[in-house]
Amino acid sequence: MDRLVEIRDLRVAFDGVPVLHGIDLDVAPGEALGLVGESGCGKSVTWLAALGLLPAKARVTGSVRLGAGELVGAPREALETVRGKRIAMIFQDPSSALNPVIRVGRQICEALRLHRDLRGAAAKAEAIRLMEMVGIPDAPRRFDLYTHEFSGGQCQRLMIAMALAGRPDLLIADEPTTALDATIQAQILELLARLRRETGMATVFISHDLGAVAQICERVCVMYAGRIVEAGPVERLFAHPRHPYTRGLFDAIPQMTGPRRRLVPIPGTVPDPRALPPGCAFAPRCTRAHDACSRARPDLLAQPDGRTLACAYPVPEARADSFSMERAMT
Amino acid sequence: MLRFVALRLARALATVIAVMTFAFVVLRLSGDPAQVMLGPDVPQEAVEAFRRSWGLDAPLWQQYLAYLGAIFRGDFGVSMRDHSPALALVLERVPATLQLTIPALILKLGLGIPAGVYAALHRDSLIDRGVILLAVAGFTIPSFVLGLVLVLIFAVTLGVLPSGGSGTWVHGILPTLTISIGGIGVLARFSRSAMIEVMGQPYIRTAAAKGVKWRNVVRGHALPNAAVPIVTLVGFMVGSLIAGAVVVETIFSWPGIGRLLIVSVSNRDLAVVQCILLLIAAVMVVSNLVVDLLYGALDPRLRAQPTT
Ligand SMILES: Nc1ncnc2c1ncn2[C@@H]1O[C@H](COP(=O)(O)OP(=O)(O)O)[C@@H](O)[C@H]1O
Ligand SMILES: [Mg+2]
Repeated sequence: MDRLVEIRDLRVAFDGVPVLHGIDLDVAPGEALGLVGESGCGKSVTWLAALGLLPAKARVTGSVRLGAGELVGAPREALETVRGKRIAMIFQDPSSALNPVIRVGRQICEALRLHRDLRGAAAKAEAIRLMEMVGIPDAPRRFDLYTHEFSGGQCQRLMIAMALAGRPDLLIADEPTTALDATIQAQILELLARLRRETGMATVFISHDLGAVAQICERVCVMYAGRIVEAGPVERLFAHPRHPYTRGLFDAIPQMTGPRRRLVPIPGTVPDPRALPPGCAFAPRCTRAHDACSRARPDLLAQPDGRTLACAYPVPEARADSFSMERAMT
Repeated sequence: MLRFVALRLARALATVIAVMTFAFVVLRLSGDPAQVMLGPDVPQEAVEAFRRSWGLDAPLWQQYLAYLGAIFRGDFGVSMRDHSPALALVLERVPATLQLTIPALILKLGLGIPAGVYAALHRDSLIDRGVILLAVAGFTIPSFVLGLVLVLIFAVTLGVLPSGGSGTWVHGILPTLTISIGGIGVLARFSRSAMIEVMGQPYIRTAAAKGVKWRNVVRGHALPNAAVPIVTLVGFMVGSLIAGAVVVETIFSWPGIGRLLIVSVSNRDLAVVQCILLLIAAVMVVSNLVVDLLYGALDPRLRAQPTT
């Protein structure tokens, strides 16, 4: 497989507390990859670390390769040419992620000047084109407005327009719809899917909502407590989740036709990175855990069906259905 | 926008009138100018005559209305001490005070804000800790203590600067330093926390994620946001250009407004004290007004909704 980004053994520690324990992850050109897991599992930190956006107290080791270049430990100047240009990132809570005292049009123009050397009228025309492309109505007039004059959903569209300004090879969308209500959420997902079709840029879609991921991604990585626990093609994981954590996430998805809700269905919470359980970090919350699970941590291993999995007692492949009965009885 | 400005202007005027009224009443209730001016042993008739000639025998409300009427005609009264117009006496002292407070303001802004911003950007570094320490020391030491310490060091021990008086710019150095050090400390602390707050905001991370160079993230994205709270404090400092030197002028016998105020209060020289308080109030109110208008210019969110 030809790779755009290659992450190897990426580790992050804050003040000596490890929160990312060695992530291996590849992104192929044009691919749509989902990254799921409950809040605090290390999804954001993975990509903030890759782009060098973590605070100075964070210690990052391992490797993130982009083409021939290594990003971990790269000088700030080198990272500044990657950010926005090769890899763009958009964030949760778009209303506070845009600068409140700078006109939105100028914020987009700034990216155009940095990455495409466009200035003046040319930059303005291109910014307006981008605003229209992401679905901002009446863009020429609204070019001069400020963030507080837009709704949350429109702010996220503006963020996306700004991210597109550099024509990146990869867009990291970090929970872009979490702060938005359901209909707007669906529109933004639709927009991201359309833009990927039209521009061919790869997308990493970070979410704790497996349903949203399934909607726009081809491949999905499930993270738990700073590790990847299961990864593979979306349909395969959707049809037969094998890690009990993945299974728990899927069980929590409401009917695709019904209203979507926030999912915290698995009993218990994500462990504090300062007090990780020994062995498999999920064991204390796992209905399938055996004694051995809290002694030895299972490695992430390739499975014959093309997925990777880190579980000593996974949901049996063929008997996924009987598992749900078994679960229903416990 | 017009409504907003009109509202602010009305409020400013109301504030000035409130200060005038308060000063008028308190001054008249707190002591008898006749006693102070004439001394304790003068005959009763002389006191009565003095009161009549200054209109102090009329009921308070009549005196007050007369005073207000005169103010609106541009008549600020006459000093009881040397019978010259109070306004002229006061205005004559303004340049001397500004000679101290304007350089002090420049020092406060020029040192306080950069020190605070630098400390915020190098949080927890040695320099940051040093800035905090100096800042806290700067604004906790009262200015009369600071003034005396500076005199002790530079005038008494080293003998390089005069301990008081006026005439040359050298005389202004110690008083200016004394006035500015507290303000530098306050402004450094305040700018530091404003900047730390802003640097933690999501839009700063967005700017960095978009490839903006670090220097421009600070300059173009962080500073314009940090300026909003800092301007409030600076406005307050501008407002005290006239009133901020009372203690220091007294310590260094500097012939400014502050000394005039102290002398006039102890003489119960009503017109002069009222005139000074009016000037102080007017300067504060005007600088507040400018800050309010600047807010709108700095932060678009505050433009549409005038807060009251
Ligand atoms: N700036 C930071 N300082 C200290 N800890 C952090 C910081 N950012 C993230 N963490 C910790 O790292 C872990 C992973 O966080 P994150 O990647 O944000 O989770 P999520 O999967 O929800 O995106 C969490 O335990 C979080 O508390
Ligand atoms: Mg996150």
